[in-house]
Amino acid sequence: MIQLLRIELYKIFKRPRTYISFAIVTAISFIIQLAMISDGKSFIAFALQGVSEQFDIHGNVLNGYLIAYIILQSLLMQIPLLIALVAGDSLAGEAGMGTLRLLLSKPVSRMQLVLVKFMGSFIYTLLLIIWLAIIALFLSLLLFGQGDMINLKSDAFILLLKDDIMWRYAAAFAFAMLAMTTIASMSILLSAFADNSIGPIMTTMGIVVVLTILSNLELPLFSLVKPYLFTTHMIGWKGFFDDPVPYAAIGRSALVLVAYTLIFLTATILYFNRKDIKS
Amino acid sequence: MEIILEAVGLTKSFKKHKAVDDLSFAIKRGEVYGFLGQNGAGKSTTIRMLVGLIIPDKGKVFINGTEFINGRRHLLKNIGAIIERPDMYSYLSGWDNLKMMAALSNKNIKQQRIYEVLEIVGLKGREKDRVSAYSQGMKQRMGIAIAMIHNPDLLILDEPTNGLDPQGISDMRALILSLSRDHGKTILISSHLLYEIEQVATSMLIIHKGKKLSDGRVSDLLHPDDTLTEVAIVPSEAVTAHLATSAWSAYLQPANDNALLFKMNPSLIPSLNKWLVAQGAEVRSIVSKHSFESYFLNITNDTAAKNRTL
Repeated sequence: MIQLLRIELYKIFKRPRTYISFAIVTAISFIIQLAMISDGKSFIAFALQGVSEQFDIHGNVLNGYLIAYIILQSLLMQIPLLIALVAGDSLAGEAGMGTLRLLLSKPVSRMQLVLVKFMGSFIYTLLLIIWLAIIALFLSLLLFGQGDMINLKSDAFILLLKDDIMWRYAAAFAFAMLAMTTIASMSILLSAFADNSIGPIMTTMGIVVVLTILSNLELPLFSLVKPYLFTTHMIGWKGFFDDPVPYAAIGRSALVLVAYTLIFLTATILYFNRKDIKS
Repeated sequence: MEIILEAVGLTKSFKKHKAVDDLSFAIKRGEVYGFLGQNGAGKSTTIRMLVGLIIPDKGKVFINGTEFINGRRHLLKNIGAIIERPDMYSYLSGWDNLKMMAALSNKNIKQQRIYEVLEIVGLKGREKDRVSAYSQGMKQRMGIAIAMIHNPDLLILDEPTNGLDPQGISDMRALILSLSRDHGKTILISSHLLYEIEQVATSMLIIHKGKKLSDGRVSDLLHPDDTLTEVAIVPSEAVTAHLATSAWSAYLQPANDNALLFKMNPSLIPSLNKWLVAQGAEVRSIVSKHSFESYFLNITNDTAAKNRTL
């Protein structure tokens, strides 16, 4: 199993397409950071318009923590699409290349293969999130320095002291990792059904986009299903920037995401174990 | 001789189409077993069932007497296969592909073995090139290298000459014969190219529309008396009349106006030629068709004719 995983990781990181996601994350972060260097002060003035009339705000408001939060808000809905590039390709890509029959004619069980594909996607996701943390958080701190973080919500103004922020980011990245793992497992399931990778990648993107829209629509029609959609719970990381932190709600969201991940993974194993490899 | 692979009653349908129908056969250790059938006859489906890629609706596969389904991972350690095409990771080098597949074989394979296999398939010196830069022939050879990297007893080669030029086909044939004679491998080789199978197989199985038509040792199945000999002559009524009343008429088969077709032992060709010339026939050519081809066409056409009658 370890050998199989090593081979899987070797294959993933030898493919140029794997690095597209890292390049996109880097590019978007740089664009936001550059924009904030050139025009950040007027952006902050505009964002704090209502607040600055009631509060006297001092210090480095345009700091690395705030910039990282802005980047995360922009990126964490897009990253699932990048995860699909690798996870959606995991089984379907092998089928498309004809290497699935090569692998399965070796002493490798189908369940092992699915688990290794899942672990490979998990490690890829982990590295992408770590890269996001380096580029979005640490580079922003380097460029913009530290400071207390203002989290402006539609109904609240939350001030987080600079010594009280780093752990929140650590927890938020860990939660984001869980959410992205759910996406990866769904993508692998779709990948098991297909014989080329375009289908599962596009379907994953489609499902994420449609369910995210449903999760965000404030219509009574959808309020019944919303709690059961994994996209509703994917934004649970934002809870770590509330004060007090809504641990119960975050815990519920984490459980839903874990449940979805297990369901997707089990369904993949059950289906793939009986699949005729005709590609 | 010990049986290395046995298929019993293999049956597989895809929706309403029965791809393989109650197919049974056995391969003995050391044989080169030709697996023949027209395109779409069910060869690839059968081979995929043998290595567990397709799950049979009915039937069993035994490797060295153990049912495949009960010992899949263990049994696959002793099987090397190219299924349909020698697909591999084209963005990696031949060496990387070989090393990965060696690692997957669950055997402790040393670097020396990789060089050894590269030597056998004639790819030594090209192992560091990306597979995407390989010719079709090189890919086929690398496919065989991957199939035999873990030194299996049984090699399953599905259409190994597909896409090869004449030189490549000849090289592949030499390689298969060498694997059998010099390395003691048992080889199941499928093809729709009769001549290729004829050159290498010691036993064979012919299937048609998923059903077994014939199997056994090539020498037993192909009787020399069944060889077809085509004689091209200038049409002559006198010769035709003499022929009808001669002993040669027993060998005569239906043919077109410009040729005579005989089903007979090729050793009779000189006598036939002498007799025809003595009758005043202008013989343009005498071609002895491959007995293998005759046998295959006879057996598949018979089945097709029976199916039409039914």
